[in-house]
Amino acid sequence: MRIRTAGVVATVALAIAAAGCGSGGDEPDASGSTPPNADGGKLVIWADDKRSAALKPFADKFGQENGVTVEVQAISKDQQTTFVTASQQGSGPDVMVGAHDWIGNLVQNGAIDPVQLTEAQKAGFNQGALKAVTFNGQVYAVPYATENLALIRNTELAPEAPKTVEDLVTTGKRLQAENKASEILCLQVGQNGDSYHIYPFYTSAGGTLFGTNATGDYDPKQLGVGTPESIAAFEKIAKLGEKGDGALKRSITPENSIATFTGKKCAFLVAGPWAITDAKTANIKYDISPVPGFAGAKEPTPFLGVQAFYVAAKGKNKALAQEFVTNYLTTPELAVALYQAEPRPPALTAAFDQVKSSDPDLAKFLEAGANAVPLPAIPEMAAIWDPFGKAEAAIVGGADVTQTITAAGKTISDQIK
Amino acid sequence: MTENVTGAGLATQAPHRGPGGAPGRGREPEKARRTVRDDRPVTLTGLAVKVVLLGLVAGIALWAAFPLVEAEAWLGLGILVATTAGLFYLYLSRRHIPAKYLVPGTLFLIVFQVFPVLYTASTAFTNFGDGHRGSKDDAIVAIQSSSVVQVPGSIEYALSIATTGDAATGPLVFLVTDPATGTVSAGDADGLEPLDAGSVTVNSAGKVTAADGYTVLNAGQASARSQEITEFAVPTEGGAIRSAGLSRAYEGKATRAYDAGCDCVRDAESGKVWTADPERGAFVAADGERLLQGWRVNVGLSNFTRVLTEPSISGPFLETLIWNFGFAIGSVFVTFALGLLCALALHSPRVRGRTLYRVLLILPYAMPSFAMLLVWRDMFNTDFGLVNNLFGLNVDWMGETWSARAAVVLVQLWLGYPYMFLVATGALQAIPRELTEATSVDGASPWQSFRQITLPLLLVALTPLLISSFAYNFNNFNAIHLTTGGGPFPADNPSVGATDLLITYTYRLAFGAAGAEYGFAAAISIFIFTLVAVISAISFRRSRQQEEVYA
Repeated sequence: MRIRTAGVVATVALAIAAAGCGSGGDEPDASGSTPPNADGGKLVIWADDKRSAALKPFADKFGQENGVTVEVQAISKDQQTTFVTASQQGSGPDVMVGAHDWIGNLVQNGAIDPVQLTEAQKAGFNQGALKAVTFNGQVYAVPYATENLALIRNTELAPEAPKTVEDLVTTGKRLQAENKASEILCLQVGQNGDSYHIYPFYTSAGGTLFGTNATGDYDPKQLGVGTPESIAAFEKIAKLGEKGDGALKRSITPENSIATFTGKKCAFLVAGPWAITDAKTANIKYDISPVPGFAGAKEPTPFLGVQAFYVAAKGKNKALAQEFVTNYLTTPELAVALYQAEPRPPALTAAFDQVKSSDPDLAKFLEAGANAVPLPAIPEMAAIWDPFGKAEAAIVGGADVTQTITAAGKTISDQIK
Repeated sequence: MTENVTGAGLATQAPHRGPGGAPGRGREPEKARRTVRDDRPVTLTGLAVKVVLLGLVAGIALWAAFPLVEAEAWLGLGILVATTAGLFYLYLSRRHIPAKYLVPGTLFLIVFQVFPVLYTASTAFTNFGDGHRGSKDDAIVAIQSSSVVQVPGSIEYALSIATTGDAATGPLVFLVTDPATGTVSAGDADGLEPLDAGSVTVNSAGKVTAADGYTVLNAGQASARSQEITEFAVPTEGGAIRSAGLSRAYEGKATRAYDAGCDCVRDAESGKVWTADPERGAFVAADGERLLQGWRVNVGLSNFTRVLTEPSISGPFLETLIWNFGFAIGSVFVTFALGLLCALALHSPRVRGRTLYRVLLILPYAMPSFAMLLVWRDMFNTDFGLVNNLFGLNVDWMGETWSARAAVVLVQLWLGYPYMFLVATGALQAIPRELTEATSVDGASPWQSFRQITLPLLLVALTPLLISSFAYNFNNFNAIHLTTGGGPFPADNPSVGATDLLITYTYRLAFGAAGAEYGFAAAISIFIFTLVAVISAISFRRSRQQEEVYA
């Protein structure tokens, strides 16, 4: 999950969209109401480049079977912002493909409608994935693939999977001493930190982001950042940082972490299924195991991310969109095809069973994510990423833990209010 | 504008004279020309161009009119009609010659400059942002449709959409099959009514394919009436039967409903009430909980006062502003210094292969800066970067305040000096060699002649460019966003970094991780706009005085 992609294009798109809205209307308040449905029988789907290519044949098939036109449009950058802005102006799609943690924001902007799945359909999904797309008791999207972090290891350098973080550091240091690797661990931090990738270590050391309420949903009022537990957790992370073991470094960035691993400069990489293609291309002998936790500490819980299909609330053809999403996408064939476009474990159990025999990595990723928790989809999560990541970067660089985490907690709670 | 633009040194003065010079020069012959124009015969090409251009105007107007009519924006439509009529009048009549030249530019100015500024300004007084994007009606619709849940234990029907009349316009009927019993019922606005099993044909999936007295719609026909189908609900005791797509129906009920009487949203199950708060643009309950879906309201000056009163913003604002000036001035100064140095070196006729050098120097300028900034960011990486590896350094470039600042200015230097080199070369060539030769005859050293003659003349020509360079760098978003991302950030404040410019800081507030806050970002944009405008005005005024001194 590339949460932190640069948003320059979004700005440009927004500026153009805003200017277009304004100059076309000659009056700021003119937009908003969607024109009455004129063109019947057309379904517009937005997805990113890879997925739109995979979707195309299935969309065409759906169109032929039902006598409608289906248009798949590739949105190459900042899909969420583009989608929200376009929906607001009535120029959005009928179906949107994207990550489940958009839900909170999409709901608060009135951009998506809930989907009504039958009990049988719900039972067909990986339950974690289903939980991820459930928000305020409603299912808001149909999941099709899951992803979570795992430890990918170069088996030539490190034949054994480390049981704990300490094991990993010991092996890494030995490889450094033997001049077989220059880094202990490839876990992307970057100058501004990366909350997603550090999360398994954070939870293993006892940290939390939010508490949960009676119904098991995240409760933004019980913020876990800035608490004594979170400070203790970051004390452990600080020991791995630049002033400690040097396993975590700001110089390992989202851009170079996978390349450093495939360049055999480190034996361990913490990444998701998206890194496998690169590892295969580089002919690395690798194995996949769960991200280890600290010795004697809690089990690490990586985030479970889910890719899903949304029904746009302001789409022009909502009935058809609902039909496509709830009754057509819940068939395993499409999930398998999307898996072939980009290898991530399908969310439909039936589809997963179909592909797992031909791809052993999948089962290993699923195992690594056995106790993964769905990435919180509440809109308040947006307030976490930036301060949490920056606090992480500062601590990895050697800043005072208590002061940094207390300040980060305050920044987050100020934003949540 | 000075009128003493005659005599020597013209070449350097002309470019930045701007359009203001034209009327002065054209003033005298204007009258004579007008009479000549009026009598001139209409040429075929002229006519064709006129027809094509006016046709284009009419086409654009028509294209813009439809959405305006649909949105019932009569004021906008009025403006559109008036503008189009005005344009036709202007170009079909033979009078108003100057206006014919001025109007297109003015229109573009309004559309691309004035309008965005006004739009930004109007946004700055609202709470426009995530959760407050649309109107109150939009929010109410979203709240109600998000609250529709399936009635527990209700039947999940197979659905066929039918009508008793014409496929495209007849009244809708839901033909639903209970999967457990196979009973088919017809549902309309009055409720559900069982159908005789003999009168319907059901396929293997349980869907009705034909029924006496009804026309079953196929998917294409049904999806043409998508909006109606989504809104259609067959009332039942527990709620209403609604469609889940085109082949399935469920019994659901909306748990939250808007009550216009109390201007509030009420939850049918818990009885909780959220009352509309027109100042916040949200429905807020007595315990302070607010519903997610809000709407856009006017918040007056609060966005502006927030900049000044919120300590996490007003505190670092001054420091960011100072660095912003430092960055802009520093970037312009170093690029200009290096560019001028190269230009001077290559200006000397004794240098061989000048063209080759010039091509080489312009090379960085030819690279896309977007990509180059990313490359430079990676070159400054502490462990893997070229800079540290090449020089055997171990500097944490992007991790320390001053090294990060030095790094971004260095990158700007590399990207920017070819431009300065180009313009300085141009300006140097426009300075007559006789002037410098005369100084050497008078016994001045090369440095003296440069300091006293060349540089002042250069500055006259280049000052406006330096000012615009400054204004550009003052808001050089890419330079910061793509290299440091504003970092390094102090451990106790993740909102403002050491290399943040006001624009990157604004961007983070507007589109950053914490969700979009366009209203607030617009307010800061206005601050930036005001700053840049004031600085540019002062500098241009000063440069004009300087011009008068040297001219």
